[in-house]
Amino acid sequence: MVTDRIEREIAIAAPPQRVWEVVTRAEHLGAWLGDAGAEIDLRPGGRLVLHWKDHGTAHGRVETVEAYSTFAFRWVTFGGDEPTDDNSTLVEFTLTPQDGGTRLRVVETGFAGLAVAPDQQEKHLGENTEGWRLKLDELRTYSESVHA
Amino acid sequence: MSIDDLDGVFAALADPMRRQLLDELVGRGEASASALAVVVPVSRQAVLKHLNVLDDAGLVTARRSGREVLYRARPERLQATAARMSELAARWDERLDQIKRIAES
Repeated sequence: MVTDRIEREIAIAAPPQRVWEVVTRAEHLGAWLGDAGAEIDLRPGGRLVLHWKDHGTAHGRVETVEAYSTFAFRWVTFGGDEPTDDNSTLVEFTLTPQDGGTRLRVVETGFAGLAVAPDQQEKHLGENTEGWRLKLDELRTYSESVHA
Repeated sequence: MSIDDLDGVFAALADPMRRQLLDELVGRGEASASALAVVVPVSRQAVLKHLNVLDDAGLVTARRSGREVLYRARPERLQATAARMSELAARWDERLDQIKRIAES
């Protein structure tokens, strides 16, 4: 089955304030998400830059900042520096107080909404398509039908 | 399978004509562009263009047979797409573990 949505969660024995720091601060982002540092302007529209020793640099844009509860960003999954709806996926963290600790949930969406970059679009698709979106259920149904 | 490959699969399947052609190939096993052009309302040239996109995405494979080129579907590519999404999910599990470790230390 092909799904366009990744959803995971974990229980953490630390208060939301502490988890929030780890999820949003550059010093920590550069350790658990990047592995060679990060830069973040923690406000909607702010830039996010992640560095890896072996994989270079990724660019993102902060989307949502609700202290101790919601943090979301877009990051570029291929080509280009500026995240747009067509070249990036959306990652959203939700922090919920639970038993003196925190339940941390992450949802990444938008894989099936990835459009090809303009130059690739010309190369692959010519003029016969314009800004498509593939519906997830369509792909799933399709995937199942060819395996039937 | 890289994120770009993933995107290639999604892009190739975005076009209804290409999905129809892929369906035809799944049903027939193997077919030439000329044979496919009989069942879809576009020219053989247009069919070839679509088959090339499917080929680039790894969704079909082509082989020469005499004077014809025969195309065959590769549904395993869709399975690979699903597997790739599972890998990405596993990466998030690792990252959440790291967040937990840092937050609890």
